[in-house]
Amino acid sequence: MVQIITGAEMAEAAKAARKRKPGRPPKAAAGMAAVNDMPPTDELVTMYRDMLLIRRFEEKAGQLYGMGQIGGFCHLYIGQEAVVVGLQSVSKPGDTVVTSYRDHGHMLACGMEADGVMAELTGREGGYSRGKGGSMHMFSREKNFFGGHGIVGAQVPIGCGLAFSHKYREEANVCMTYLGDGAVNQGQVYESFNMAALWDLPCLFVIENNQYGMGTAVTRAAAGRSLADRGAAYGIPGKQVDGMDVLAVRTAGAEALAHCRAGKGPFILEMKTYRYRGHSMSDPAKYRTREEVDAMRKQHDPIDQLRDVLMKQDMTEAALKTIDSDVKAIVTNATEFAQTSPEPDPSELYTDILKPLTGGATSVEV
Amino acid sequence: MAVEIKMPALSPTMEEGSLTKWLVDEGADVRSGDVIAEIETDKATMEVEALDDGRIGRILVAAGSENVKVNTTIAMLLEEGESADDLATDLANDMVVATSAAVSEVPEAPESPESPESAASPVAGASGTAAVEAATTGAELEKPVAEPVASGNTAPLTVREALRDAMAEEMRGDDRVFVMGEEVAEYQGAYKVTQGLLAEFGPKRVIDTPITEQGFAGLGVGAAFGDLRPVVEFMTFNFAMQAIDQIINSAAKTLYMSGGQMGCPIVFRGPNGAASRVAAQHSQCYASWYAHCPGLKVVSPWSAADAKGLLKAAIRDPNPVIFLENEVMYGQSFEVPDDDDWVVPIGRANIVREGSDVTITAFSIMVGRALEAADKLAEQGISAEVIDLRTIRPLDIDTIVNSVKKTSRLVTCEEGFPFAGVGSEIAMQVMEQAFDWLDAPIARVTGKDVPMPYAANLEKLALPQIEDIVATVVASCEGFRGD
Repeated sequence: MVQIITGAEMAEAAKAARKRKPGRPPKAAAGMAAVNDMPPTDELVTMYRDMLLIRRFEEKAGQLYGMGQIGGFCHLYIGQEAVVVGLQSVSKPGDTVVTSYRDHGHMLACGMEADGVMAELTGREGGYSRGKGGSMHMFSREKNFFGGHGIVGAQVPIGCGLAFSHKYREEANVCMTYLGDGAVNQGQVYESFNMAALWDLPCLFVIENNQYGMGTAVTRAAAGRSLADRGAAYGIPGKQVDGMDVLAVRTAGAEALAHCRAGKGPFILEMKTYRYRGHSMSDPAKYRTREEVDAMRKQHDPIDQLRDVLMKQDMTEAALKTIDSDVKAIVTNATEFAQTSPEPDPSELYTDILKPLTGGATSVEV
Repeated sequence: MAVEIKMPALSPTMEEGSLTKWLVDEGADVRSGDVIAEIETDKATMEVEALDDGRIGRILVAAGSENVKVNTTIAMLLEEGESADDLATDLANDMVVATSAAVSEVPEAPESPESPESAASPVAGASGTAAVEAATTGAELEKPVAEPVASGNTAPLTVREALRDAMAEEMRGDDRVFVMGEEVAEYQGAYKVTQGLLAEFGPKRVIDTPITEQGFAGLGVGAAFGDLRPVVEFMTFNFAMQAIDQIINSAAKTLYMSGGQMGCPIVFRGPNGAASRVAAQHSQCYASWYAHCPGLKVVSPWSAADAKGLLKAAIRDPNPVIFLENEVMYGQSFEVPDDDDWVVPIGRANIVREGSDVTITAFSIMVGRALEAADKLAEQGISAEVIDLRTIRPLDIDTIVNSVKKTSRLVTCEEGFPFAGVGSEIAMQVMEQAFDWLDAPIARVTGKDVPMPYAANLEKLALPQIEDIVATVVASCEGFRGD
């Protein structure tokens, strides 16, 4: 039984939140994990490690971008780690994941190798897409990660299609379809909500509300009370969750996934989260104050919060330090790999445009 | 070891910027993510964050410095256990190296110690001659399989029935195949193409969708990623414009963007082109739109036999296929081989009439008009060879070029607009491959370059008619005949 934040702290945080419009941090009270849901220590450690890996990976990606080794667009996930790590911790084998372009964290959480992700960022042969997709377009069939999509909202009907394929094959799996607070205003999201509800598709819509769609605060772009309500007209249940608290995410995720798995149709989780960095690397982030970012970091950082939990469970500094060094080593190795993996061969320009007809029973050979 | 903090690039195009302000002093402890400095480019002011925990050992570029090149070391960060004194030695050593380098390379000495990686990406060299060679055909180099040999027995079938039979046969053979679209199930198809499928396969595999083209096209793409074989019907291809982002960005490009991992085995089918008196928003040919994009196959049959055989091939194809039908053709009957498994390979044109004076290419409904034109031309002593393209992409250019080498004249026919149309592409490729064989300029017969009008007389004027084909062919032959 561990209490993460005291009542006084919560009250203070809530007060601070009211002052910090429009970039409000999540309601501290809303997402606190029920204490009886506390997972065993080894699972907490895994989540800590997974979040730390994303954090360190993204910091390194930012650094490599600054050095000109990563090109194009690069959207970092720093600050939002609890969302994907918490949900993956309660997923089942065979569940599928699809998201938009802020996707590095999702790939790592799905178990994709840091080497291959980083090498894709540097546009090398060793990347998951052999250097042909880049930051926004990576996939792993093996890890059930279906992208990595560059068009805001386009991944939502695709996620419904993956959920459709689970239902069609009568598998007890769910597609976790991630979208941002920017995407929730796209028409195709509602086309998707409608079909998902109509056909009871096992689709968990995870709205990562990081408060800003590029430079526009969610309050300036989205009408209505909460994004969790956006499925109300279709009868899709929705819930707001403190997306900075990995335990709250885990609890809510388990409940929502159980709903989808039971054949009750889709579910919406609005994860109130926050990205510390700009929308992409070239975003000066002048639409919010430094104080707002600092307050989120200091009071709600997902990694610090879980660290506190672990310390209260008699985890030693030394043990945490070991995790830290292990994670650092993975990122260092990934960087080394991404810098030394060769550029794709020029002949790769013309591969993978169309699949060859592979003969087999159904193909015509005369 | 101390970590170098470098002047970051904030965008792919940034080469230098000003270091306007330091927010920390030497000796300050920083945590990863703390803002330590502000930099400015002509576009924006940005904050520089520490990328690691540590102590600022030395600031190397003073606040107020302008034109600081990207990747210049601006400060040194000490890790745990290091002191600024260690740094002094390191830096001194670096200075010696830097100085000697500068001496030996005086003419090119950079103003600031730049990392060699900061130069433009070396990728640029990739566009060599080898790459250019395959520019137009690229992935289409793979030769389609040979024409099927029919048993000889045929039965008359409308195009509508042929399409329905193709879907039904493929659904019987592969339980991953399902059909979805507006009114395809209970209503039996807006144009009755899916008639009877619901009764045989049930609502799990014959699915009425809401009127949400972008949504169900995207859902189909996701289902194809999930290893099903969707056949998505658009009530007409005019409405597929609502879904074109999913067709191009999601279906066509994902195989490439995933380095070959993904693939999207899906068929988008429905009537394309002008129907009758439905005006501009419901009368347009999309063949050249979809054929423009690598990653799609585009099929547009004329006869019922090809409609059946090509739709079966499309459903079995591991790639996204755009299958363009024609409403006016649905009720027309053709002899269709009654073989158990009649499949026509994608990527092969068909010479539907042999001739020696001129080659006419056409697809879909224009094939019938081209054949009628050929009859009229024969009365005038002109022998026209008519090629039914059947597949727009991959285009069977070999069949066209071989024909042109025989006839030395080419007229292309299509219902679509002339600008950047299918005919434009054929003309270009024939010029590239058979320029020396041409005795006359290649001519096009197309829809007029106007939105489709409603009035009966204007609509007729806007659409390519048999007389237009005859006149264009005659003009192509006149004055160029050797006699």
